[in-house]
Amino acid sequence: MTTTATPLLDVTGVTMRFGGLTAVNDVSLTVGEGEIIGLIGPNGAGKTTFFNCLTGLYVPTEGRVTYRGNVLPPKPHLVTQAGIARTFQNIRLFANMTVLENVLVGRHTRTREGIFSAILRGPGYHRAETQSRDKAMELLAFTGLADKADHLARNLPYGEQRKLEIARALASEPGLLLLDEPTAGMNPQETRAAEELVFAIRDKGISVLVIEHDMRFIFNLCDRTAVLVQGQKIVEGDRETVQNDERVITAYLGAPLEGTTAPEETP
Amino acid sequence: MTTTHTETSPVIPLPARAAAALTGLGALATAASAALSWTWTSDFPGDLTYTGSPAGLQWLAVVAGLLTLVLLLATHGTPGLRWAAPGRSHNAVLYAAAGALAVSAYSVTAISVELGGLANLEPGGWVLAASGLLGIVGALGLPLDRRTTVPLRILDKRLFLLVPAAPLVWIGAHAIPDDKPVAPVMTALAGGLAIATGAVLLLQLGHAAHTWLRLGTIERRLAAPRELPSWAEVLLIVLAFGLGLFAITFGIDTEYGELFTGYLLLAGFVAAALAKSGLVTRLRALTVKHRPVTTGAAFAAAASFPFTQTSDQYTSVATNILIFATVALGLNIVVGLAGLLDLGYVAFLGVGAYAAALVSGSPASPIHVQFPFWAAMLTGALVSMVFGVLIGAPTLRLRGDYLAIVTLGFGEIFRITMLNLNGTTGPNVTNGSNGIPRIPDLEIFGFDLGKTHTVAGVELGRFSNYYLLMLLVTAVVVLVFARVSNSRIGRAWVAIREDETAAEAMGINGFRLKLLAFALGACLAGLAGTVQAHVSYTVTPDQYTFAEALPPNSAFLLAAVILGGMGTISGPLVGATLLFLIPKKLEFLADYQLLAFGAALIILMRVRPEGLIPNRRSQLEFHEAAIPAQPAGDDTALTKAGA
Repeated sequence: MTTTATPLLDVTGVTMRFGGLTAVNDVSLTVGEGEIIGLIGPNGAGKTTFFNCLTGLYVPTEGRVTYRGNVLPPKPHLVTQAGIARTFQNIRLFANMTVLENVLVGRHTRTREGIFSAILRGPGYHRAETQSRDKAMELLAFTGLADKADHLARNLPYGEQRKLEIARALASEPGLLLLDEPTAGMNPQETRAAEELVFAIRDKGISVLVIEHDMRFIFNLCDRTAVLVQGQKIVEGDRETVQNDERVITAYLGAPLEGTTAPEETP
Repeated sequence: MTTTHTETSPVIPLPARAAAALTGLGALATAASAALSWTWTSDFPGDLTYTGSPAGLQWLAVVAGLLTLVLLLATHGTPGLRWAAPGRSHNAVLYAAAGALAVSAYSVTAISVELGGLANLEPGGWVLAASGLLGIVGALGLPLDRRTTVPLRILDKRLFLLVPAAPLVWIGAHAIPDDKPVAPVMTALAGGLAIATGAVLLLQLGHAAHTWLRLGTIERRLAAPRELPSWAEVLLIVLAFGLGLFAITFGIDTEYGELFTGYLLLAGFVAAALAKSGLVTRLRALTVKHRPVTTGAAFAAAASFPFTQTSDQYTSVATNILIFATVALGLNIVVGLAGLLDLGYVAFLGVGAYAAALVSGSPASPIHVQFPFWAAMLTGALVSMVFGVLIGAPTLRLRGDYLAIVTLGFGEIFRITMLNLNGTTGPNVTNGSNGIPRIPDLEIFGFDLGKTHTVAGVELGRFSNYYLLMLLVTAVVVLVFARVSNSRIGRAWVAIREDETAAEAMGINGFRLKLLAFALGACLAGLAGTVQAHVSYTVTPDQYTFAEALPPNSAFLLAAVILGGMGTISGPLVGATLLFLIPKKLEFLADYQLLAFGAALIILMRVRPEGLIPNRRSQLEFHEAAIPAQPAGDDTALTKAGA
């Protein structure tokens, strides 16, 4: 089923319960080096909760998440340090900082300058700061935001805010990038551009795990796609496997007579 | 970010030339009236009875009149004066004329109220009143930058029920005999209703005036500055700071409340006028270009303050302003950068002061040691930092309102603990409410700060010495703030302030960085505290409360930061200066100080929520809004509403 040698991210049997509610139920998933994996499912299926379990925002009730063979620490900043970066479903930029500053914040884990270094401003400080700026500008050029570096993040148009979130996440030099609905609210042209961007990210050697509702986007992009319904992974595989799976069709369009959940989106 | 259409039109329809002439005449007459006597008796403070020799308030009239005239001529493109109004907005003239009116109206009112009637005005006073009115009428006839429409906002109609209700309750309160138990309740209710009614009417009046004036901003590209040699630009910066020093010195040195009120009124309008004229923008461009010179000039201007003084009276005020301002700047790290609302910050000043007092060699200190100056400072800063970490570690896991409440509690715990460590209710460390008195003066390398020294022919008294020492501390805090805020750590703080969850997802250890902000803030406040202990001879627990009429206290510190502008350096410095001087100078407010303070804060937050000096980021916001509104070559298309 997979074509990769060593799994980068290995999720086994992750379960997340909030009181009596089981939001994610025994989900296992692997992401290999240089893979783009999609995660789809109707609203409320537990996709974002699953993401939060991977990034340390939630500590899974059961199960194990390893990244490059190490169990992930249950703190968001340590997960980022380990090499997993993410974007948010509802854009969460630092609205009152400039575009460049947003990306520089993303560099936080990859730089070491502390408070004394900032006050004393030795040569090491200047070198690190220049390096960070160069790297950040490089990423802004990569995402096509270089000419907006001095603008406030809040003043960017919607599509560029999404791009900035990606640039900010890439600044932490991740091995795996988690994208939570990167094309939500985009028009078809912008979605195509986002596809190109994800491919370009993969070409940099970064694996991508992406949540999306846009099926064309997912199937154009992903090597494998997992479908999450009511907290459970019901199927995983390539385009044909997923599209022809009856349980997926049931989850999205509803069964003729049984009357299970009928979500609002259409594939 | 709404954009509205703007126009240039007069508020009062007058022919443009007539309006300009009227404004000029009013401005000239305002300035000239200072040469006449305003009143017949020297009972009014400042003695305004002389003809041909201006004093006190009269100087303010001269400044207001001349500024209006210069801006008027500059806006009309008078050769040789164009530099004074690169913005070419007549609104600058209007603000200056309003300043002249404010000075004249205030002077005339103060004279007739204090001396009992308009009969006390001499012809000069009448000229002043008339010229102020003349000037403003003329200025309202100038082609001002205005919005095309401003709909009238009417307050909730139910609020106007107060207008009949207040007098009724007032009459009722007087009808009840004083011995009835409800009488004080009724009196209080009547007073409260009167204040509320006044506020409602004033607010509605303000809305009406806003609709009538429709003042707006038209973004014009400033006339290109003439290329100046570098030395001339530096000279301009030095000159500007010299003027600034003069203006601030004038404010600190005002000897009576009337002059200070007039000064404050004029200063407000002059600041607005200069901002509208474009001079401030021009100057800022210069300071950005010559950053080291600017810093040096600012420091030199501040350091030369004691040399302008003949006695120690006002240097003591200035020293206390510096202490207050420095602590406010420290708080700005915690509140302005990291976004942690700390309501007990003054406790860290107290920790530093107590630590310094205990090792100062004061006979009242139970620890009989006398640390040298540098060690005492270090002790104060370090102890304060340790307390910051101790208090921060459990509380910083809370967010928002919860943190505010807990820090408020810790501020009080500090004060009460200091009260209780008195030998009876606890071990004797702090002498309880008596505090630690007789703290000896500092001696730095044989230089006794308690003695008067003569430097360059000027006698520098005790407070001058401490002023200069404190200025060094302030400089250190400014340096730390400037460098840290623009670094990896500072960016992480701002990120936490903006969105803590996203910041953590970017790899920022939120708790550790918040603790660092708390510790650094505490450390800087403690540093200021060590000097404060020596300046005031005594430390007592009552100096470090949450709120009282005089700064520094936690409420005033926070107000200084928010009033001045969060996240900036000059904001808290300006805010602290104002908040210190106003209660100090306007002693006649005495009982109403906190009321006036609260009202002023509410008004300011309503009209200028970003503070007096908005930070770079808010400015960028303004700046950016102007970019799409300005297609090349078009000057007056669209503008950003507000401000």
